[in-house]
Amino acid sequence: MLNKWKVFVATLIRGLGVAGAAYASEIVVNGSTTVLPFAQIAVERFAPAHPEVKISISGGGTGNGIKGLIDKTTHIANASREIKSSEIEQAKANGVTPFETAVALDCIVPVVHPSNPVKNLTFAQLKKIYTGEITNWKDVGGENAAIAVVGRDSSSGTYGTWQELVVEKGDKDQKSRVTPKAQVTASSGAMLTTVAKNKLAIGYEGIGYVDKTVKAVSVEGVEASLATAKNNTYPLSRKLYMYTDGAPAGDVKAFIDYVLSPDGQKIVTDTGFINIH
Amino acid sequence: MLHTRKRGTTSPHFGGWGDRVAARTALSVSTVCILIMGFILYFLVKESLPVLKATTLSELLFGMDWYPQETPPALGMFPLIMSSLAVTFLSSAIGLPVSLAIAVFTAEIAPRRLRNLVKPLLELLGFIPSIVFGFLGMVVVAPWLQDRFSLLTGLNMANASALLGMMMVPIVGSLADEALCAVPRELRDASYALGATRWETIRRVVLPSALPGILSASLLGVMRATGETMVMLMAAGGAAVIPRSLFDPVRPLTSTIAAEMGETPVGSEHYHALFFAGLILLLITLAINLLSAKIEAKGFKLKGGNL
Amino acid sequence: MRKFSDKIATLVFWGTALSLGALLAGVLAFVVNRGWAALSWEFISEPPRDGMTAGGIWTPLVGTLELIAVSMVATVPVGVGTGLYFSEYATDSFFTHVLRQSIRALAGVPSVVFGLFGLSLFVIFLGFGSSMLSASLTLACLSLPLMVTASEQAFRAVPQDYRDASYALGATKWQTIRKVVLPSAASTIITGVILSIGRVAGETAPIIFTGAAFYTPGVAQSLFDEVMALPYHVYVLATAGTNIEATRPLQYGAILVLVGLVLGISSVGVWMRTRLTRGQ
Repeated sequence: MLNKWKVFVATLIRGLGVAGAAYASEIVVNGSTTVLPFAQIAVERFAPAHPEVKISISGGGTGNGIKGLIDKTTHIANASREIKSSEIEQAKANGVTPFETAVALDCIVPVVHPSNPVKNLTFAQLKKIYTGEITNWKDVGGENAAIAVVGRDSSSGTYGTWQELVVEKGDKDQKSRVTPKAQVTASSGAMLTTVAKNKLAIGYEGIGYVDKTVKAVSVEGVEASLATAKNNTYPLSRKLYMYTDGAPAGDVKAFIDYVLSPDGQKIVTDTGFINIH
Repeated sequence: MLHTRKRGTTSPHFGGWGDRVAARTALSVSTVCILIMGFILYFLVKESLPVLKATTLSELLFGMDWYPQETPPALGMFPLIMSSLAVTFLSSAIGLPVSLAIAVFTAEIAPRRLRNLVKPLLELLGFIPSIVFGFLGMVVVAPWLQDRFSLLTGLNMANASALLGMMMVPIVGSLADEALCAVPRELRDASYALGATRWETIRRVVLPSALPGILSASLLGVMRATGETMVMLMAAGGAAVIPRSLFDPVRPLTSTIAAEMGETPVGSEHYHALFFAGLILLLITLAINLLSAKIEAKGFKLKGGNL
Repeated sequence: MRKFSDKIATLVFWGTALSLGALLAGVLAFVVNRGWAALSWEFISEPPRDGMTAGGIWTPLVGTLELIAVSMVATVPVGVGTGLYFSEYATDSFFTHVLRQSIRALAGVPSVVFGLFGLSLFVIFLGFGSSMLSASLTLACLSLPLMVTASEQAFRAVPQDYRDASYALGATKWQTIRKVVLPSAASTIITGVILSIGRVAGETAPIIFTGAAFYTPGVAQSLFDEVMALPYHVYVLATAGTNIEATRPLQYGAILVLVGLVLGISSVGVWMRTRLTRGQ
């Protein structure tokens, strides 16, 4: 009974909606905020050449994007981590086959305030800072001042990667946790502002976000750059993906092809990420 | 104002077809309001109950660790609840006295012309979107606090509470002003006739008789503070710990929902836990609402019945 | 001594009022001062460009207007109908009591909880998806109590004599409502609508998970499109750009337009209401 009613209302209102739309097809892009900067510009440049395609982009986070793909509400899920096996199972149950396309490379870079004298940190130091064992900058070669630890929301891909590659590094059974005293920021941009405004802060960012307002710290003596990411010497790099239901086709393929094209990859490098080829 | 006058029954009812249709329509349309409130309760309960499969109620309410992304997730909301309560308390401590002072000012002290100017302005300020305050807190107040007091971070409880306190003033101030204005002229005149000064009259006569109205205005402000989201999201810092000082970053329930809801898969334990957080918020505001209804009812009784 | 404490109290109240006034004036002046530089016709009439580091706010501005329009279409009939019920039909029954309490409770629901509700009912259960429709309906629910209270007051302000005169002329109840009560209450109701718009226009939390888009190349064209909204755009600019410092002028510009829009709409409402109450 309720279901019939629901279908009726949905159909009715959908009818109204479709009557107003004049597009041949629709692409909904959602997912990681890390991928947003270049994906958004790609959408901006792609749209004028394809007026028949209605395209919108949101940055709900990697988990949300993949959720959308599973629910079939999202056509392209941006991800800053690989899809989890549990997510693949859910997708399969819903008749969706996630297809992975790597679109860019990203280095996660620890960042501090520009006035901070610390230039390099080891994995062990980073881990101790984030788990709350080290709380003073003087213990890692800085001034005698407290450390303000800044983290990301637990559902962001950047958090996941940082958690896996830094915080849980060397863990056996008992997984380490980020200290609950860490401030939590809801997006990469918010993290950047927080660190840029705080002399005592340490945070982490995708390399595309790092600008003059903060100072990048090298990890184990290796600076994050195009070269070190490409030859795999920088230890904190990862691929960025766009997931689709099955191999991309039609307008979705046109968009992903555009991202992978020299023009698209130039957007990737212009926004501070590293091209995939 | 909130009491139903029996106007409908005293008016003549004409049994015509048009009349009956109109009456039915008005009735069914107003049922929508009940339905919406019912749906809100239903959906929040329905979406939050499954979290109890993953964890226990006491673990949810009193657990200290909020790591919703781990497997299995740690869903202790005690720090979040305490953060919400602490911010509400601190912002009320800042905002309510100022609101009351403003209300006394506009109702009792300001000259008539100034009052006519200040009242609408005060009300307008209540319309400023909360995101504007959140933005200022993040971009202006936080760096200033940090430098001025050399803090670990400027995004903290004091910052968010001060902003919230400011946001309270237009709402609580306007309502408290109305409560003060509703105090009969004769009471003041009697007090002055006995030789009391203005301050004595305000303190001993006006404030006590307007007390129920002032209390319910304050409760409305407290309710707003508990439910405010954007300021918390942008200016409160977001650390899931129980605050030990005014300058600790906090993570109230509201900003936790806003920051994490978009990023968690529908149907996960984390998703249901966030709905549970929403349910806690809803229950807190319902309780405050009930309390203020009680106070209003009592107030009416004190004044001898219907208003 | 008593005279003295009276003086002190007066001084304290003036001081509080003046310092609050100065503080708020300072905040507004700061926003205007910072935002003014970004304002231009292009800023209003162009969509965001170059990864939101350039261009204007056309898309989110139109999106906000669309959200307002759709939510008002939903909320005004229900709000006015309920106000009418309270004023003209309600008896002291259990139903009226429940209705009263529901509206009261609705007025206290935190905005983020409306967001959760919109997500579970409109986006997921009814299958509208993250869209303008879901976001507008969520906002409509949020503004409903305001609308009900405003229209009930409007109807109650119509003198009973008007109704009696109409009845005396042989009009039925519905004719009386349509020809006498509604027209006399109309301007007060419109004021209520305007004030509700002022409240809805700046809301962010309820639309984050019900329909606000980070970016769309063009203005939303159907109810099922995701829509950019000005308050969410401010949040996005302030927290999600790659180059936040570079977009600072845009952020202040967007804030100034948002504040201008909201205060503009609400001051029309407040001004109209002041005139109406004076007229009575």
